[in-house]
Amino acid sequence: MRRSVFYDFIKGFIEENPTFRLVIGMCPTLAVTTSVVNGFWMGVSVIFVLVFANVFVSLLRKVTPDEIRLPVFVILIATPVVIVELVMRAYLPAMYEILGIFVPLIVVNCIIIARAEAFAFKQPVLNSFADGLGIGAGYTLNLILISGIREFLGTGQITVGSFRFPAAPFFEPAAVMLTPPGGFICLGLLMAVLNVLLARRERKAKAQAV
Amino acid sequence: MEIIAIILGGVLINNFVFMQYLGLCPFVGVSRQLETALGMSGAVIFVMTMASAVTSVLEIYVLAPLGLGYLRTIAYILVIASFVQLVEIFMKKAAPGLYKALGIYLPLITTNCAVLGVTMLNVRHSYGIFLSTLNGLAGALGWSLAIIIFAGIRERWRLMDIPKTLEGFPLALVSTGLMSLAFLGFQNLFKAVFR
Repeated sequence: MRRSVFYDFIKGFIEENPTFRLVIGMCPTLAVTTSVVNGFWMGVSVIFVLVFANVFVSLLRKVTPDEIRLPVFVILIATPVVIVELVMRAYLPAMYEILGIFVPLIVVNCIIIARAEAFAFKQPVLNSFADGLGIGAGYTLNLILISGIREFLGTGQITVGSFRFPAAPFFEPAAVMLTPPGGFICLGLLMAVLNVLLARRERKAKAQAV
Repeated sequence: MEIIAIILGGVLINNFVFMQYLGLCPFVGVSRQLETALGMSGAVIFVMTMASAVTSVLEIYVLAPLGLGYLRTIAYILVIASFVQLVEIFMKKAAPGLYKALGIYLPLITTNCAVLGVTMLNVRHSYGIFLSTLNGLAGALGWSLAIIIFAGIRERWRLMDIPKTLEGFPLALVSTGLMSLAFLGFQNLFKAVFR
């Protein structure tokens, strides 16, 4: 069965949303989301690695023996991670310092190895490319959403470059949102809210079916 | 003094789970029962200590003299993967019950970011072989402490009436957050002692 390439791209946003539906790749999700800019760059790095790894895993899927597929995946994932690391250190040194060990740690981000194993190893190249792009973009949106909430509540405003919104904080910022406890609680409550919304949608669909 | 600082830092102040967000997937995944949490802790302590020791030897005698720093990520992950394989073979023979209970999370230690994370942190702090090993051990102990406390809490959930929307991950994250708030207190406590 050949599913449409477009579906493989679009499913990363809601249906197979990596953070909220699949619940994988949590560590960086929490660690880098103290500001929107950090979240954005982390997301871009993950998109690059995911697309690169997916395409190459898919290209090599017919010549890779089953028994040694995991070491092969790891090498195919580590290569783009090193590329991201070197490029970021050269062109965005400040961001490289902030993201710190979480850039090399993309290697062990469960999202990437999970997509290689569950998707790219079985699907044609174009679909794998779309899947990588979609899941990566979904992940980036999650990071931006979470970091937006945390930055807004934690500092009172969202800062992107020289752009600030709102211009001055209109409430006393809760610095705890920027600390680890704030991150955990924020993500936990966000998931609960999403559960409520999904449950409501399901109930509506059921009511309509009856 | 540095030794004490590393041990206290790894276990309490910079606890991997609560302060550095490392190793969250197995933390949430394997903490349903105290017993599996203990088994996982044992495996992580072994892998993390050994991986720290071996990667620091690799760093000091191979990667640094040859100027191969850019191969670090790949080299480290291979070392860790082979250690995990070793633990897996050993556990399958020695403790088949535990091996089954841990399921997928045992091979997943490879992708436990705490393990690769601690080796990367060792490089960042440029610790020697002894301090790296100690840092790995302390970090693993801290991780184990976290998962064992958390497993204790989760066992009590079974007796409680939990709102449907909070069940599972949301509640796990919120309770981790509350525990992390408690650990945040250690930071200032020790700042006062060490300065």
